[in-house]
Amino acid sequence: MTVMEQLQAEPKNLWKRIVLFLVLLAVVAWGSDSITYNGIAQQGSVVASGIIHGITHPNLELLFNLTDAGVPYLILQTIAIAILGTIFGAILAIPISFLASTNIVPKWIAYIFRSLILLIRTIPSMVWALVWIRVTGPGAFCGVVTQSVCSIGMISKMYITAIEDLDTGILESLDAAGCNTFEKIRVGILPQLSASFISTAIYRFDINLKDATTLGIVGAGGIGSPLVQSITYSRWSNVGSFLWALIILVLIIEYISTRIRNRLARGHR
Amino acid sequence: MPRAETKKVPLFDRVFKPEHIVLENGNSVDRPRSRMPLILICLIAVIIISLKMTGFDFNVIIRRAKELTVILGQIFRPNFGYFPNIVKPLIETVKMSIIGTIAGCAIGLPLSIFASSNINHNKPTMLVIRFILSVMRSVPTLIYASVLALVFGLGTFAGTLAITVFTVGIVAKMLYESIETIDMKPYEAMISFGASTLQAFWTACMPQILPTYIDDCLYCFELNIRASSILGYVGAGGLGVLIRERTGLRAYNDLGMVLLILFTVVLVIDLVNDHIRSKIM
Repeated sequence: MTVMEQLQAEPKNLWKRIVLFLVLLAVVAWGSDSITYNGIAQQGSVVASGIIHGITHPNLELLFNLTDAGVPYLILQTIAIAILGTIFGAILAIPISFLASTNIVPKWIAYIFRSLILLIRTIPSMVWALVWIRVTGPGAFCGVVTQSVCSIGMISKMYITAIEDLDTGILESLDAAGCNTFEKIRVGILPQLSASFISTAIYRFDINLKDATTLGIVGAGGIGSPLVQSITYSRWSNVGSFLWALIILVLIIEYISTRIRNRLARGHR
Repeated sequence: MPRAETKKVPLFDRVFKPEHIVLENGNSVDRPRSRMPLILICLIAVIIISLKMTGFDFNVIIRRAKELTVILGQIFRPNFGYFPNIVKPLIETVKMSIIGTIAGCAIGLPLSIFASSNINHNKPTMLVIRFILSVMRSVPTLIYASVLALVFGLGTFAGTLAITVFTVGIVAKMLYESIETIDMKPYEAMISFGASTLQAFWTACMPQILPTYIDDCLYCFELNIRASSILGYVGAGGLGVLIRERTGLRAYNDLGMVLLILFTVVLVIDLVNDHIRSKIM
């Protein structure tokens, strides 16, 4: 009975499982003691029904209002912030990530730039927005600058991986064929990096689009500030129309960007 | 003999005819024109429109760059005496993310089974669940938190719930993508033995996706620690409350200390997670 033998040969790690389960249980118990459910707040049920009413009855006038305060303009502004933030961030990340790759520069220089990247990533985007507001004043301009800086962290992390995966054999063969430095960069390095760089930037654009909404809370333009204001002042039908617009926008952008990134990954034209 | 090409010629190649190259041996190839100029023109147009729309002005940045150092300079001189006030919210933040992540990952697992096309052959339910998951992911965590804080009152409960909802969306998506790439032969063998879908999934698919699942959970935990520090901004408990309070009071040295602690915690958790990953992978 080989099947039986195979079954018996399964490693016995019952104790390991029990210990793991108990540790998990202990962590949950430790974690849940400070998270207390105080019941629904006084106005809680009113808010909940307000939200549901707002989402099912969005403010159509706002949704199709073509002025500065209307949803279409705010959505376009949010997209503009995310586009510029991503492009500037992606461009700024190129020199930084080359200087932080251990196969390009000496190790100690790479570590200096890596800690710089870590520093940028650590400061939350809200704090960056507050820092930049002093320079630019509130508005979409601030959102662009904030996103450019915040994007550097994650983008250069992915860029570094791509740079460190560079196939240097190609450069050696180009050397042997007598190419100069510029030609080596043009046909040896750019084709290897461009697909993953563009793919990273598009992925970051997805994230920035959502972040642009969040930044609106501290007054950095886009659809975020009117959305949060409508939540605080309980204008639920406005919340409904903002949320619908936001969800549809994010879904469309996610669909398009996934398609582009799949094509880049497979190398289609 | 050239093969009969029935492939549809893209519009671009019909407008800009491909370059016709005749080789030395008489064969000919068509080299499609580069799309780069067209893409560049579109990109530049989009950038110019966006610059107009956001009121971007590079001169302002150069002129007022001095202002940047005002806050940053204070952040980089953290007030170490502020540390005792940070401990409690910090533990709150960690607890919120742990519970939120565990709950989210637990709910995400069954949802991802329903959302993967190779296990669930009922197309309508699969598409509906996928759509719900994408909608859940498209709303920023902060919006969940601000609404939930109004419903359940200010505090950690609303924050934990917001993290849970957000985690479900991400974990389920990452998981159903990896379920769709697994080897289905053991599963089919189990089915042909007469196992139910659930039994077959548990014994044949679960061992295959378990490492990815744990990896995804750890990744979400890292995300949630960062996010939960911001959630406090709308009153959902944790370090974010301090960040908001300290920026409101313009006590940027204290803020620097909060960020330093947050940085250390994120670093430690990253290291621990990397260690766990190297063990399970």
